[in-house]
Amino acid sequence: MISISGLLGQAFAILLALVLAPLLSGWVGQCRAWLQSRTAPPLLLPYYQLQKLFHKDVVLAHGASSLFRAAPFVVFGCMVLACAIIPSLSTDLPLAPAADALALVGVFGLARIFISLAAMDVGTSFGSLGGRREMLVGFLAEPALLMVIFTLAMIAQSTSVATIVETLAHRELVIYPSLAFAGIAFTFVSFAENARVPVDNPATHLELTMIHEAMILEYSGRHLALIEWAASLKLYAYSCLGLALFFPWGIAPGDNFLALVAAIPLLLLKLAIGGAFLAGIETINAKMRIFRAPEFLGTAFMLAVLGLLVRLLLESRV
Amino acid sequence: MSASIPFSAQLINLFAAVILLLAFAMLAQRRLPQLINLFALQGGALCLATLVAAVTTGQVHLYYSAGLTLALKVLLLPWILHRLVRQLKVKGEVEALINIPTTMLVGIVLVMVAFNVALPISELSHTITRGTLGIALAVVMLAFLMMITRQKAITQVVGFLSMENGLFLAATSATYGMPMVVELGIALDVLIGVIILGVFFFQIRDQFDSLDIRHMERLKDN
Amino acid sequence: MDFFVLMLAIPLASGALLTVFGERDWAPNLNIIASLGTFLAAAGLTTEIVANGPRFAFGEQFFIDSLNVFFVALTAFVGLTTSIFSGPYMRNEAEHGRLSKPRLRLYKSMYQLFMFTMLAALTTNNLGILWVAMEAATLTTVLLVSLYRTPASLEAAWKYFILCGVGIAQALFGTILLYFAAERVLGESGNALLWTHLIDVKGQLEPTIMALSFIFLLVGYGTKVGLAPLHNWLPDAHAEGPTPVSAVLSGLLLNVALYAILRCKVLADGAIPGDFAGRLMIGFGLFTLLVAAFFLSRQKDVKRMFAYSSIEHMGLITFAFGMGGPVANFAGLLHMTMHSLTKSAIFFAVGHATQKTGTQLMENIRGLIKINPLIGWGLMLGTLAILGMPPFGVFASEFMILTHAMKHYPWATPVLLLGLGVAFAAIFGKVQPMVFGETEAKRLPHAPAITPVFLHLGIVLMLGLYIPPYLTRWFHEAARMLG
Repeated sequence: MISISGLLGQAFAILLALVLAPLLSGWVGQCRAWLQSRTAPPLLLPYYQLQKLFHKDVVLAHGASSLFRAAPFVVFGCMVLACAIIPSLSTDLPLAPAADALALVGVFGLARIFISLAAMDVGTSFGSLGGRREMLVGFLAEPALLMVIFTLAMIAQSTSVATIVETLAHRELVIYPSLAFAGIAFTFVSFAENARVPVDNPATHLELTMIHEAMILEYSGRHLALIEWAASLKLYAYSCLGLALFFPWGIAPGDNFLALVAAIPLLLLKLAIGGAFLAGIETINAKMRIFRAPEFLGTAFMLAVLGLLVRLLLESRV
Repeated sequence: MSASIPFSAQLINLFAAVILLLAFAMLAQRRLPQLINLFALQGGALCLATLVAAVTTGQVHLYYSAGLTLALKVLLLPWILHRLVRQLKVKGEVEALINIPTTMLVGIVLVMVAFNVALPISELSHTITRGTLGIALAVVMLAFLMMITRQKAITQVVGFLSMENGLFLAATSATYGMPMVVELGIALDVLIGVIILGVFFFQIRDQFDSLDIRHMERLKDN
Repeated sequence: MDFFVLMLAIPLASGALLTVFGERDWAPNLNIIASLGTFLAAAGLTTEIVANGPRFAFGEQFFIDSLNVFFVALTAFVGLTTSIFSGPYMRNEAEHGRLSKPRLRLYKSMYQLFMFTMLAALTTNNLGILWVAMEAATLTTVLLVSLYRTPASLEAAWKYFILCGVGIAQALFGTILLYFAAERVLGESGNALLWTHLIDVKGQLEPTIMALSFIFLLVGYGTKVGLAPLHNWLPDAHAEGPTPVSAVLSGLLLNVALYAILRCKVLADGAIPGDFAGRLMIGFGLFTLLVAAFFLSRQKDVKRMFAYSSIEHMGLITFAFGMGGPVANFAGLLHMTMHSLTKSAIFFAVGHATQKTGTQLMENIRGLIKINPLIGWGLMLGTLAILGMPPFGVFASEFMILTHAMKHYPWATPVLLLGLGVAFAAIFGKVQPMVFGETEAKRLPHAPAITPVFLHLGIVLMLGLYIPPYLTRWFHEAARMLG
């Protein structure tokens, strides 16, 4: 049953994601600057950049095919869909049946494939280098993410994100040790997937180490704007997913309007804390060599498997 | 479906899971001082688990056991080990015989084996925290893995002590404590063992100019 | 005063005394006197038990029946003769500059504490305390093995500590599981680790848990027994430690560890349907026997070789107890006694021989019979005895084990014969030129103590020819307890 309020809520959630995502990126950048005793860039910097990029002309490389031009739209679309099915404010999402948690991983994977293909499409060495590295990271991060989701799905007896969050949020307090493992694994994966510090550094263009930036070197104008926006949406999506799965308190059940309103400031607060936490982690860690990334993600995978095992052993009668 | 396990048992399960997590962290840790800190943390989690068990069951000797763990595993032994590392001027790097990701994979397999072994027993147990037995066995096996894959004598000792942690976990959480006299005896043995080893380290370094046990492979059956 | 309390108090007190006064001139004599006192107390205890039957001590924490009093008597006796042997031996070592005075002090105090831990392990009724005492025995012997502080001895002691530490940790896990199983039946009264209580309810213990528990206990204590494949520490520790330590390790510690397994086996047998524990022990025993026999032929160091011989015999004994039943248990107990006495006698002789020739390499030891006929003959006779030549007692026990195996486990007989045959060829071929042959070695500054060697061999010979009826009764009683 799709209710009007559900539809409205869904639309509002998407809108909120589009608006908040660049803000979150800006907030993380600001926190990082503070922690590193630098003068912080303005909080709204990402918006200015998007505005600037949207007004610039697109310069296309000579060898660029239509794939190169289509990729930013596909990636952006994927991220918007992801944000739509992750419950950030309410679990009553009409779009949620479109994709369960496994399909969500698929959506992220689709975006990854398109951006990697586009990076290789132009034929520059940096592009294919970045594409290759991105696929390596994705290849290792996806199984870990899937394992995390399996653990959660076992708890909720469902793979639908909305159902999982509903189960976790609206029950009496039970400690799931497996969630601790899954949570750490998820954090690891998020860092790798969003090109954050231990794996990649979004702030530099150092050719030996960059992954994400290497892929989008050839983009300009509104294409670049879309990709940057998609990147911040991805960060937002992962943050919301993490918050929804591991700190689900406050997410409105069903179509309760009051709870929905109350959920907004809570979400903002949680995102602010999450962003600061991310910045803190980025500050105290050094970027690791690219060859260490498999070990990093291997650890994440291992933790996720452990979570699954612990779930089987400790909580089988829960 | 969620109310069948009381909160205290959930807490013990949580601490047991943390102990397992720390066992893995120790397996992955490359720096010696941090390794000792992780060991102290593991002792802390063990102490808390014992404390929760003590509060739940009201058995007095579990309080003593928790106190013993705190004094020995959290404070005294890490302090001794840190002192040894400083006095012996051991290089901080832990050298592994097998690279760490492989060790971790083997570790996962060991955990699966341990859980499988423990599963039939857990089902028979009447204590609510029956799952911890599998975790305890897993911790023992992981510590064993650490002992056989590391080269420094001091890392092997940390592995040995971590194994003891796993055994204590089995004793306190799965069975709610062995008789007091036995626990005291075990603690005493561990303490004396570490003191003896401390003395030993100095002799090993004097004789081999290193604490690397690779030098200790002369005795063979030709 | 109570014989039992005396027996535990004497080694503990003298160990403490020797820690303080161990450098005095009279310290070696105190060591011997204390051992003598322990032996007399043990003898008193034995007569008491044989006359009055089993008894408790310190509440129910200690329990002495005809099974463990037999081990107690053996331990105290070998402890006494070894202390007599070690007097001149250690003085010679000091004279050669291999040991300083503080080391001698450490040796004596640790020797007494080692005796204490073994006697405590043998007499305790609490399986937890049994574990604690075994671990304490490991710790004291680690210090004894590393006494010379040479790289090799440190390496041996390190290996010993780590391997036995890991092994004994497995045993602790087994003990915890056992407690886990017992608690379900006996409740949390604190009696759940007391053997006398466990034996009453052994039929009610959960078989699954008991099976797992016994595996851990067997592997754990089996490491200390020297069961393959966890035997690696044993040859090193025997070869690098001082010879008296090798003698007590082989003659006593291995027995005590095996005793621990036997106590647990009785419980496991009661709880697990089928012959689970016995089969495990048969498997481990045969494997150990074979591994040791084939390693024997590759040895160059005389103490290492006899260490492997100990492993071989431990395998044989484990096999015997694995078969179970009155006859096999009787044979196992008899063989344990014979092996303890013979092997310690051999180590005494070997100790003097290596001291005379200044080397442990067999190719450099020649013509013992010319340097000192008594040592030469002692080694030769000891070797013949341990190889199971009639009329020595080892022959009797090995013969019993073999015939029993032929009757009940015919498939095992060729394996046994192969192992024993290979061991025979290896040891005899190497000892023969050591005893006979040409040499020019010097005299030792202190005359060696030959008495213990021939005392042991005399007893072994006597038991081979004639076992007194009261001893037979006592052995039968103990064998019956093992089921």
